[in-house]
Amino acid sequence: MVASALKTVPQAAGTEINIQTVSHHFDLEGAPLPVLDDITFDIEPGSFVALLGPSGCGKSTLLRLIAGLDHPAQGQIQVAGEKVADPDPSRILVFQDPTLFPWRNVRANVALGLEAQGTLKSEGHRVDEAIRLVGLTGFDKAYPHQLSGGMAQRVALARALVNRPNVLLLDEPLGKLDSLTRMTMQTELVRLWQQSGLTAVLVTHDVEEALYLAQRVIVFGPRPARIVADLQVDLPYPRHRGDPRLAELRHQALGHLGLDSSW
Amino acid sequence: MASIDIEAEIRAEPPARAPVQRVTLLAALSWFAAAAILLLWQDLTFQPLVRELALIWGAVGVALVALGLAGSRLGRVGRWTALRAPWLLAIGIGMAVWTVLTAKTGLLPQPFFPTPQALLEVFIYDWPKILHSASFSVWLLAKGFFFGALAGFAIGVGMGWSRAVSYWATPLLRYIGPLPATAWLPLAFFIFPTSGSASVFLIAFSTAFPVAVLTWSGIASVNRDYYEIARTLGASPLFLITRVAIPAALPHVFVGLFMGLSTSFAVLVVAEMLGVEAGLGWYLQWAQGWAAYANMYAALFVMAAMCSGLITLLFRIRDRVLVWQKGVVRW
Ligand SMILES: Nc1ncnc2c1ncn2[C@@H]1O[C@H](COP(=O)(O)OP(=O)(O)OP(=O)(O)O)[C@@H](O)[C@H]1O
Ligand SMILES: [Mg+2]
Repeated sequence: MVASALKTVPQAAGTEINIQTVSHHFDLEGAPLPVLDDITFDIEPGSFVALLGPSGCGKSTLLRLIAGLDHPAQGQIQVAGEKVADPDPSRILVFQDPTLFPWRNVRANVALGLEAQGTLKSEGHRVDEAIRLVGLTGFDKAYPHQLSGGMAQRVALARALVNRPNVLLLDEPLGKLDSLTRMTMQTELVRLWQQSGLTAVLVTHDVEEALYLAQRVIVFGPRPARIVADLQVDLPYPRHRGDPRLAELRHQALGHLGLDSSW
Repeated sequence: MASIDIEAEIRAEPPARAPVQRVTLLAALSWFAAAAILLLWQDLTFQPLVRELALIWGAVGVALVALGLAGSRLGRVGRWTALRAPWLLAIGIGMAVWTVLTAKTGLLPQPFFPTPQALLEVFIYDWPKILHSASFSVWLLAKGFFFGALAGFAIGVGMGWSRAVSYWATPLLRYIGPLPATAWLPLAFFIFPTSGSASVFLIAFSTAFPVAVLTWSGIASVNRDYYEIARTLGASPLFLITRVAIPAALPHVFVGLFMGLSTSFAVLVVAEMLGVEAGLGWYLQWAQGWAAYANMYAALFVMAAMCSGLITLLFRIRDRVLVWQKGVVRW
């Protein structure tokens, strides 16, 4: 059922992301709080990159800059060769909380993007496809308060995917789920990414999650964030959680985070 | 297993004897008693319509006997009477006590406390006037409330959305808003061409203030993330107002509408008493001029029905519009 749904989804070509000497700071009670310090890296089109770093280092801030919700104080970000100035449905950010609109049922939540872009009439079938894609067929009419945490997060994912974005920005989307649901959703994320061909950028605290999902893990140091490591995860999909190579990479990553003594 | 056995037993039992509703029968008794007191006990002074009223109360008693004997066989009606039987009993007793205190013993002095017969007389002979007054009041209120709610909503949305509107409107709202609308009454009757339009203005004014304040605070308290999500999905500013801000603020708006409706009742009655030559408020005033106390009670009775009916209507509308809130908030 899922496979047949996927065939009808055309491949959305993932686009390239260039982050060029980006620095950013916030004003905290009058004093500037530096958050990002001269960050430069490129993300290949269609790749899956994880951003790892200590809490409060500026990972979410970087995603918001890529999404166009904020503007970097210095440097610039290009997506598909164009400077990011404003939010755009081709780059969609999925928040840590599903943040569904409580007055809309599942279907209407997923349809939000098409409605906002005025294409719901002609492209309405994409809503059903997206709902099927995340395995929520039959829950179209349910309101957000009637969903479990994992289901709500899947609706948030469908709400993003229905727009066929070129870039999917995921800010700890699985952070609040129980470990079992989390593992299932991780596998689903890989499947969705592989089958849609989009560029995925995932922020996470979880070293295992980053290594299990991504082709490349960028490790940030404490605030203001600087890149301390750039690890290639040279393992084919589907991966096995017990793979010795993953354990080795985990040791490396924890070392860069200053936590290797705990391993 | 046990539950299955019980179900089988229930099914096996013949459905012939549905349980009789005892409280409903008791209620019937109270209505018969009221009718008997009315008929058999001599009135202090001459009262109209004694037999007619006794007939009505007796009929209520007969109906209750039928309902009580039929019991739960009547389905929805049966359940309703079962639920309301204590009230039906209390009202029957109330009728009897009222009759005794007014018509029979005069413990409550006439004419300030009319007898039940006198009240029935008002409804029988004056109902066209009461009905006309009530419909006039509802229409006046509807016009004022509609315009007031619309204006309040627009002001609230504007204040919640635009810095400039908020800058100019906030001090005005703070300074003028808390003033009771009735304080404008003398001026309004002077400025407006008709007392009707003046009343519509006053009712609208009293409605607009709470609706504006609550709409504004509702829009101000909308989760910022909703806007950001909508923006990344390609929403225009208009979409953000109509599809994000307003639906998210609607629960607050309804609180404002309830407050507005309650204050508009007060303004309506005062306006009708002081200037408009129609409506229930005017009817009250007119009845007072004739010392027609029974008419005043009748008007109060109809007015209460009108106000509670309108509040109930607004509740229904809210439940319909805010279905999604069930389960999010307990009312
Ligand atoms: N709007 C804001 N105003 C002021 N300071 C902010 C703002 N947003 C974030 N910050 C600060 O910037 C720093 C980085 O925040 P950010 O949310 O990017 O961290 P993070 O790496 O995502 O952390 P976590 O992993 O805990 O989510 C924090 O110290 C935070 O206090
Ligand atoms: Mg974060």
